[in-house]
Amino acid sequence: MTTTNDYGFDTSEGRVFTVSGQDWDQLTDQLGEAADERIVVNMGPQHPSTHGVLRLILELEGETVTEARAGIGYLHTGIEKNMEYRSWVQGVTFCTRMDYLAPLHNEATYSLGVERLLGIEDDVPEKAQVMRVLLMELNRISSHLVAIATGGMEIGALTVMTIGFRERELVLDLFELITGLRMNHAFIRPGGVAQDLPPGALEEIRGFVELMKKRLPEYADLCNANPIFRARLENVGVLDLEGCVALGLTGPVLRSTGYPWDLRKTQPYCGYEDYEFDVQTWDTADAYGRFRIRLGEMWESLRIVEQAADRLAKLEGAPIMVADKKIAWPSQLAIGSDGMGNSLDHIRHIMGESMEALIHHFKLVTEGFRVPAGQAYVPIEGPRGELGAHIVSDGGTRPYRVHFRDPSFTNLQATSVMSEGGMVADVIVAIASIDPVMGGVDR
Amino acid sequence: MTESNVPDNRPDNVPDETPELVAEGQEQIGTREGMFGVRGTGDTSGFGGLVRPVLFPAPAKAPYGGWYDEVAGALEAAEPSVVIDRGEITFHVRREDLVTVARILRDKLSFEFCSGVNGVHYPEDAGKELHAVYHLLSMTHNRRIRLETSAPDADPHLPSLVSVYPTLDWHERETYDMFGLVFDGHPALTRILMPDDWPGHPQRKDYPLGGIPVEYKGASIPPPDTRRSYS
Repeated sequence: MTTTNDYGFDTSEGRVFTVSGQDWDQLTDQLGEAADERIVVNMGPQHPSTHGVLRLILELEGETVTEARAGIGYLHTGIEKNMEYRSWVQGVTFCTRMDYLAPLHNEATYSLGVERLLGIEDDVPEKAQVMRVLLMELNRISSHLVAIATGGMEIGALTVMTIGFRERELVLDLFELITGLRMNHAFIRPGGVAQDLPPGALEEIRGFVELMKKRLPEYADLCNANPIFRARLENVGVLDLEGCVALGLTGPVLRSTGYPWDLRKTQPYCGYEDYEFDVQTWDTADAYGRFRIRLGEMWESLRIVEQAADRLAKLEGAPIMVADKKIAWPSQLAIGSDGMGNSLDHIRHIMGESMEALIHHFKLVTEGFRVPAGQAYVPIEGPRGELGAHIVSDGGTRPYRVHFRDPSFTNLQATSVMSEGGMVADVIVAIASIDPVMGGVDR
Repeated sequence: MTESNVPDNRPDNVPDETPELVAEGQEQIGTREGMFGVRGTGDTSGFGGLVRPVLFPAPAKAPYGGWYDEVAGALEAAEPSVVIDRGEITFHVRREDLVTVARILRDKLSFEFCSGVNGVHYPEDAGKELHAVYHLLSMTHNRRIRLETSAPDADPHLPSLVSVYPTLDWHERETYDMFGLVFDGHPALTRILMPDDWPGHPQRKDYPLGGIPVEYKGASIPPPDTRRSYS
C-alpha cells in the first residue's frame, strides 16, 4: 500500500523521497516533525564511474554520514567465465575490457602470468618488454589524468576536467597509432606484443613528452595551492597505513600514507629495474596527498617513457615476439589495397609454398597453444594499485580459471571507513581519491 | 581405470590397458578425454579415445631452501603440503587449520597483506572439489606465498579469514557468489556481483556459460560453450 502526496510517498520500508538537487528545502519541509529520524540516501550518480553501476547507500544524520555502504555488481559481465571458453591468446581480448582506463595493465598482468606458466619469461624479447613498459606508462598517465579530471569535476573544478581529458586524448592518439585502437587493445599478448612500432611512432612519443612537460605544470598551477581545492581535499578520506594494509589498499592510496610500496621497484617485472624513476609518496594520508601522488607519478611516467623511447630507438627491427613458433602468432598484419589483414608475404607462404605452414597457421589460430598445468600469480603496479591475475591451467588450450585481483574492487571497500563520520560532500571526494573503475570492480 | 569413465566411442585400435601415467607424488585433478571435441561416429581421427590424466605439480620435500624453510617450519603443526612450482610456493592446508595458519603467517612471519581469495572448482578432484586460494604478501620481507585450502562439494564450508585479513570481506563474498563456498564467520555473507535472487553459482564448472547461436551470412554460429573445443 502506498499513499502519495505532493512530494514523498509511503512504503512498507518508510517514507521515500526523490531528491534531484536544488530541492533539499522541500525535503526538509516534508519531513516536518520526523526530521530527527535517520535518513537513508541512495546517493549519486556523481563520479562518472557511478552512473548506474555504483550504488552508494548513506545513512545520514543531518549532513553527517553515520554509515556508508557501496553496492556493486551492476557492471558484472562474466569476463572471467568467458575466458574459460577461449584460447589463451583470445583471453587478452577479454581481460583488456575489465578496467577500461588501464587496459594495457590488464593485458600485461595476464600475459606475464601465462608466460610464467609457459616457462618463457626469460625468452620474451627485450623490445617487447620495452614496448610494454612504454605502453603501460603512457596508460598510467592517461588513467591518472582521468582520475584527476573526474575528481576535479566532482568538486566543481571543471577546468581540471576539460584539460585532463584534452591531455588524455593525446595519449589515446598515441595508442591508436601504436596499437590501432584507443582502448580494448589486445596488444600485449603472451610471448610479446602484437605488432612492431609503426614508422614515426618514436617522434610522436617524443613530441608528446615535450608537450606534456609544458602542460603538466598547468595542473599544479590550478590545484596545488588553490585554497578552495585544498579545503575540499585536505583531511578528507583519511586512511592511515595500518588501515590500508588491513583493508588491502594499494597504489596511490597506500603511498599517500608515506609508505613507498610500488611493485615496479619492490618486485620489478618487464625490466622495470633498468629504468630510473622515483616512487612518489605523500605523508598526509588524505585525498590531497593522493592527488599530489598522481600528479607526481605522471612526471615519473614521462621519465620512464623517455628512457623507453631511447631504448626503442636502438632496437629497430628487433623481434617483438618469442621465437618459439609454437607460441608466437604466425602472421603479422599489413595494410593492403583492401584494408588491413594478414601480410601478403605470409599469405603467399601458406597458400602457395608450404602446406605445413598452412596447417601450422590453422592449428595455432583455431586451437591455440597448450599451457602446462599449474598456477601462477604475477601482480603488477597498475595505476590504482596491485593488479594481478591468478591463472590456473589444466594443461589445455584454454584457461582453466582466471581470476583478476583488481585494485578498484579491493580499494572500494574503504568507502565506509573513509566516509563515515564525515560530511556528505566529502563522500564524493573520498571516493574520487580511491579512483574506482567499475569495469574493473565488477569484471 | 574403471569401466564408467571409459568413453563408449573407443576406436578398435586403442589398447585395452591404459598404462599408469601418474608419476609418484603428482596430483591428478582430472582426466582429459579425446582431442578435437568430436564424439561418436564423427570422430575420424581416432583421437576420440585418448584418455590422459590432468596432473598438477608434485609436492616438494623439505628442505625447500632459503626463507621457504622458515615459513614451512612455523607452519609445521598444520602439516601443509608444499608445492614449489615456477618460483612460487604454495602451502596446501586443511580447512580446519586455515585460521590458525593465517594468524601465524600474519603475526609471526609478517605476511601482513592479503591480495584476496579466489575459488577454483575441480569437479573431478573427489572430496576436495572446491579450492580457495589466498595470495599473501609480506611487505616487510618482500615475499609472496600462496595459501590453498579445499572443501568438498557436499560440504562447501570454509572458515572466514575476515577476522585476520579484513580485506577479505568482499573477496569472500565474491567467492561465495561465484562458487557457493560458504565462509563461516563472515560478517555478512551475501552475493556481491550477481543479483541477490540469482540461482546457482556461475564460476562452477557445472554452470553453463550460456549464449545463443548467431546467424551470419546464412550460417549458424553456435555459442562458445557448444563450439568444437580442443581439449
